[in-house]
Amino acid sequence: MSGYWAGILSILAINIVFAYGIFLPVATGQLNLGGAGFQALGAYAAAYASASFGLPVYVTIPLAALLAGAIGALIAFPILRTRGVYLVLATFAFAEVVAGSILNSETLGGAMGLSVPAFIDWQIPVAVAVLVSLFVFYLMSTRFGLTMRAAHDDEVVTDLMGVNIRKTQVTAFGLGAALAGLAGGLYAHTFSFVEIQGFNAVVSIYVLLYVLLGGTQTAWGPIVGATFFTMLPEVLRETLPTVKQTLATLVGITEPVAPPDESWRLVILGVLTVLMMAFRPEGLITRTMMERLQFRRSPSRAAAEVSA
Amino acid sequence: MLLDVSRLDVNYGRTRAVKQVSLSVREGEIVTVLGANGAGKTSLLRGLQGAVRPAGGKILFDGTDLTQAPPSARVRNGMMLVPEGRQIFVSMTVHENLLMGSYMRADADVSRDMEAIYDRFPNLAERRNMKASVLSGGEQQMLAIGRALVGRPRLIMLDEPSLGLSPLFVGKLFELILELNKSGISILLVEQNTTMALEVASRGYVLELGSAVLEDDAAALSNNTALTEAYLGGGHGPAAGGTHAHA
Repeated sequence: MSGYWAGILSILAINIVFAYGIFLPVATGQLNLGGAGFQALGAYAAAYASASFGLPVYVTIPLAALLAGAIGALIAFPILRTRGVYLVLATFAFAEVVAGSILNSETLGGAMGLSVPAFIDWQIPVAVAVLVSLFVFYLMSTRFGLTMRAAHDDEVVTDLMGVNIRKTQVTAFGLGAALAGLAGGLYAHTFSFVEIQGFNAVVSIYVLLYVLLGGTQTAWGPIVGATFFTMLPEVLRETLPTVKQTLATLVGITEPVAPPDESWRLVILGVLTVLMMAFRPEGLITRTMMERLQFRRSPSRAAAEVSA
Repeated sequence: MLLDVSRLDVNYGRTRAVKQVSLSVREGEIVTVLGANGAGKTSLLRGLQGAVRPAGGKILFDGTDLTQAPPSARVRNGMMLVPEGRQIFVSMTVHENLLMGSYMRADADVSRDMEAIYDRFPNLAERRNMKASVLSGGEQQMLAIGRALVGRPRLIMLDEPSLGLSPLFVGKLFELILELNKSGISILLVEQNTTMALEVASRGYVLELGSAVLEDDAAALSNNTALTEAYLGGGHGPAAGGTHAHA
């Protein structure tokens, strides 16, 4: 496999794990715009443990998940008292606090960043992404997954059914933070270097977009959303110059034109985002869609699920 | 006495929405709570189910003090609330909605009870794998009641179940309430449709501005036209615009 594709595959795997970290709270009805903060916690935990103590990756990466998960569960108690747009702002502010603290910490390299000695190839992120996907699919099929979706629909009625709603929300938020931290740990060892500028607000926005545009109703959503958004810039990198050349030929310019500016990819990404929000606000992948596909494939299995 | 509520206070924000209300439901009884909009009926039910912790008073259910207990303890003891406005889980299927009703049950008979619900409501059985949001208003109310039934309640509290239903469905709904009662479930029915509620209930309470101002046999309340008109603004529910006279 070429270095280019290995790199893409690693980024894709990391983004899928990261997206699941945001999917879990969002599927429970909590918008989390602090993704970059949790990813930074994981990345720096792994980087520091690897650089300062020489710990191997099979220690540092789980450590990244544990630390981010523990901090996520801790802040979930105060932060989940807020609702709607205030929760979005609170999670966003949390990510800024993390970034500011790391920037001002000499131990963590400040603005210089940290080098990470232990390097991992694409196989480890991909294997982790597969395991995490299977875990989330399983989780959503359990009673806890059902409770998460109920809390998403109507907190008050979920509470009336006897569900401990706070426990559900804190668990989903904390598990999500752990997955975002896990993505951070993978990131640190894949790129061998962490700097806090790499975990800015745009990162938080993008990962939330993966989830919202992919769909929050089934565990397929984050995979599709993360894949779409990770691959789109790569596809556009190849096709945009061709498109520009074709357009130039159409208006009569025969000599080769300069490739379009990088920023056009962001414009196209933005337009697609607006279109998706307008025409498919529930996300690309919905439950109804998955059920239709399942029925087409094996009606007997779908029937068996019903009676189970 | 199955439900024994004495001098209950429930706050809604800073205002006291329920003041010193005492009421009781005997085993196997249908009791109705009547009152105009804003009389505190919904706040009373929220206090009873524990969504809002009562500010004072006492709630005894079959002798157990549940005043400060969380909703889970009330559900486990056999109290189930069917909330106002058919609040179902719209992005979940009919079947998943019913499953949520069984959340507090640990026994293995849940699936058998679910089938019993489907037998009772064939419309729900047909749509069991559809999203609950596609159901009609009446079917959504059946689902909300079915969801409560899966929890095997001894007492069902219904908050304005006839609200927004077609007259045909309102008739079916009250038949269902009588059937459930015959099967041994006690019922606390909060309604604005005074006429229908007093027809099925054995006793009734009238709330005004958070206080219970009247308590009598349903028949006596039906005949007490002067009083019911004064407190409820006519006996025909919201459709007749009765609450205006009161306001």
